[in-house]
Amino acid sequence: MYAFDYQKPSDVDSAVAALKSEGAQPLSGGQTLIPTLKMRLNMPEVLVDLSGIESMKGISRDGDTIHVGAATTHGAIAKSADIQSAIPGLAHQASRIGDPAVRNRGTIGGAIANNDPAACYPSACMALNATIVTNTRELSAANFFLGMYTTALEEDEIVTAVKFPVPSGSSYQKFDQPASRFPLVGVFVAKTAEGVRVAVTGAGSDGVFRHEGLEQALSGSFSADAVGGVTVSSDGLMKDLHGTPEYRANLIKVLTKRAVQEIG
Amino acid sequence: MTTITMTVNGKERSGKAEGRTLLVDFLRTEMGLTGTHVGCDTSQCGCCVVHVNGESVKACATFVSGMDGAEVTTIEGMANDDGSLGVMQASFKEHHGLQCGFCTPGMIMSATDLLANNPSPSEDEIRTWLKGNICRCTGYHNIVKSVQAAAATMAGAREAAE
Repeated sequence: MYAFDYQKPSDVDSAVAALKSEGAQPLSGGQTLIPTLKMRLNMPEVLVDLSGIESMKGISRDGDTIHVGAATTHGAIAKSADIQSAIPGLAHQASRIGDPAVRNRGTIGGAIANNDPAACYPSACMALNATIVTNTRELSAANFFLGMYTTALEEDEIVTAVKFPVPSGSSYQKFDQPASRFPLVGVFVAKTAEGVRVAVTGAGSDGVFRHEGLEQALSGSFSADAVGGVTVSSDGLMKDLHGTPEYRANLIKVLTKRAVQEIG
Repeated sequence: MTTITMTVNGKERSGKAEGRTLLVDFLRTEMGLTGTHVGCDTSQCGCCVVHVNGESVKACATFVSGMDGAEVTTIEGMANDDGSLGVMQASFKEHHGLQCGFCTPGMIMSATDLLANNPSPSEDEIRTWLKGNICRCTGYHNIVKSVQAAAATMAGAREAAE
């Protein structure tokens, strides 16, 4: 590992101040970033560890909103009784990320700030119409995720929390790529007051996206049969050694059906 | 260099670390605890799993700089006080849950964390939990048997205590 300056502030303001120095980058759980540093694919001069900021940890429910601190681990989200009862799809999603040891370190804020095109959480954020809270502003998920590994975050801006409106039903279905444990395709279906929302990860060349055709069909009739009648185009879907765009398009339909059946 | 003080296997220990020092390197070189292995060094294989504040983590994907005051348990802390093998270790020996043994420290740390969360896991739950621990020798069957046997032994000990 190359040498860098390591800082561990205990509040958001100090973290933001530290991030203003040249070549600084935030570190959350490190489960993606630390392996990336070892390969020298990324070489920040200063790493600002956010794990000491207590105000960015924890889960609470306020009426019809679940508030998740950005430094909350996947393991804590998976085990949260509030999330299990209010948004079971989100608890299940967190429980399937990586492996238990990774889930004890990796955080939701780190994951969404990285916006890996095959990350799980962006699908929950899009399907549930989550609000991404940063140290300066609040953004809708649609305005936050801007494409592969790209978000609306500025250089010295950090995600401090994610607010999830509680849906009437939710399910996340993941088709594992067994070597990486990322989804080859993942589909999050949410029944909300504004209708059914379907978000897809692991498939789009630009990262997470919502599927209008599936949403319209399911808002009309919430059934697996309704999914069957929708054409899912392979245009714009990823192609790699694990799957063709056509294969991924088919998985989107299969996983959407499974999610609908689970919600019932 | 800064001095990091943590409780390792029940004893307070201090060592020197740079910002870039990984927990696994700190344990192996500063603490002399070489039971925790580096397999892949990319957080895939699980040979480096240790417990930090009671939860399993991959020590190759954790900087030690942020861990002042933490409680760490390594494979060396899994033995009984008299030096004999702990329940999970003895079970791996009894059921031949290892061949070359390189992955075994991580397997035992992960399996111990599993039983702390779920004292009587199904075979499927054991296999799912251990998917972050890779073994190239055993084909996993005897590892699963070892964990099942350890779960049964621990359940027996709990019943006897009641």
